[in-house]
Amino acid sequence: MLAKRIIPCLDIKNNEVVKGINFEDLRSAGDPVELAKKYDAELADELMFLDITASHEKRKTILELVSKISENIFIPFSVGGGVSEIEDIRDLLNSGADKVSINTAAVLNPDLIDAAAKKFGSSTIVIAIDARKIGDDYIVFTHGGRKNSGINAVYWANEVYNRGAGEILLTSMDRDGTKNGYEVQLTSSVVKSVKIPVIASGGARDAKDMEEVFVDADASAALAASIFHYENSGIIPIKQYLRSKGISVRL
Amino acid sequence: MEKKIAIIDYGMGNLKNVRNAFNFLGYDAEITGNYKNIENADYLILPGVGGFKDAMLTLGQKKLIEPIKDTIAAGKRFLGICLGMQLLFETSEEFGYTEGLGVLKGKVIKFDHSVIPLIPHIGWNDIEILEQTKEFNGIKNNSFFYFLHSYYCVPEEDISTAVCDYYGRFTACVKKDNIFACQFHPEKSHTAGLALLKNFINS
Repeated sequence: MLAKRIIPCLDIKNNEVVKGINFEDLRSAGDPVELAKKYDAELADELMFLDITASHEKRKTILELVSKISENIFIPFSVGGGVSEIEDIRDLLNSGADKVSINTAAVLNPDLIDAAAKKFGSSTIVIAIDARKIGDDYIVFTHGGRKNSGINAVYWANEVYNRGAGEILLTSMDRDGTKNGYEVQLTSSVVKSVKIPVIASGGARDAKDMEEVFVDADASAALAASIFHYENSGIIPIKQYLRSKGISVRL
Repeated sequence: MEKKIAIIDYGMGNLKNVRNAFNFLGYDAEITGNYKNIENADYLILPGVGGFKDAMLTLGQKKLIEPIKDTIAAGKRFLGICLGMQLLFETSEEFGYTEGLGVLKGKVIKFDHSVIPLIPHIGWNDIEILEQTKEFNGIKNNSFFYFLHSYYCVPEEDISTAVCDYYGRFTACVKKDNIFACQFHPEKSHTAGLALLKNFINS
């Protein structure tokens, strides 16, 4: 049976992991490769790297980092953050990324999805959707959540699916950082509107939240950042809990 | 003696990750599209992600079809990964009908969308080992491997050594003489995948 995936997310700035880290061991906690190796050893199913570096040196440093990661971990990993052109995708894949995540650029230029899927295969293209509830609707936000696109998130999910996206990374901005659990209603609506895997993101506090989003929303994967950066939320205990609830996981 | 591993380069998918896995295991591996290097290698790896038809066209353009078939016929150890497994068979139904290398009897067919909700088959799936060949040394039955594909192989001979269940069973691994091939990506399958690659070289 296909396993539900647990995906730690690492925000990278100037080659350092920057978000929600327990800085007890500064040196290893801040180094993306060391943290990736740690999660790999703890049976993470996949890793998501989000590059939030804002500098002209950005592309070169992230490509070097991707290359180093691919030499050290042997599970799939995605890289996103500022991907806007076919060349960005090609460079990241050539450096060793398995998938590339596109967010704002896909909204601004939806044809990029078709072109990328055709050139590199759907399975390498993840479309990241940041959604916030406004009234009764979930709306897509771009530019790191700063800009309201006015587009309905469920409509957009179906659109990116039809254009050839291989996966959707769906983040609830309302839940992100709150530890109130995943936005099950949003996730479920998106899962029902596409025939590709949906990765739920935003709000995870514990294994029960993951159980909920797997069982009630049928997400294919659960992504989280801060809870994994603490030893007491190890991936293996989370998977053991999920297995005890009858959910297929890789252990 | 140093073992020469050649990863066949025909422009399909990420070959670097296959080399990274061998390097991590302590082996040198050369990514090459040169038929002489292919003939001189002790082990041949045919990886690949993407379309069957494009792959056969590219192998043809690079004049690699005959060298690959010849070296397999000569008994060289051969590992096919994902698309590299599928190419070994006679035909694929992708875009109607495409001929493969025809080294193994059987065909490659697409998952049925009327039965399976999510295609491609992406992610970690456990396999059932049918025949405990040396490639599976130290690997427990029902171990999880990383899959990423929309088509799967249907061998005509009794060569399946492992199957996978994704809304129905399909062939995950085959072994015939000097050939071993797997539908999953061992280079992305963590400790089980690395163990399989090591076993392939050492078996």
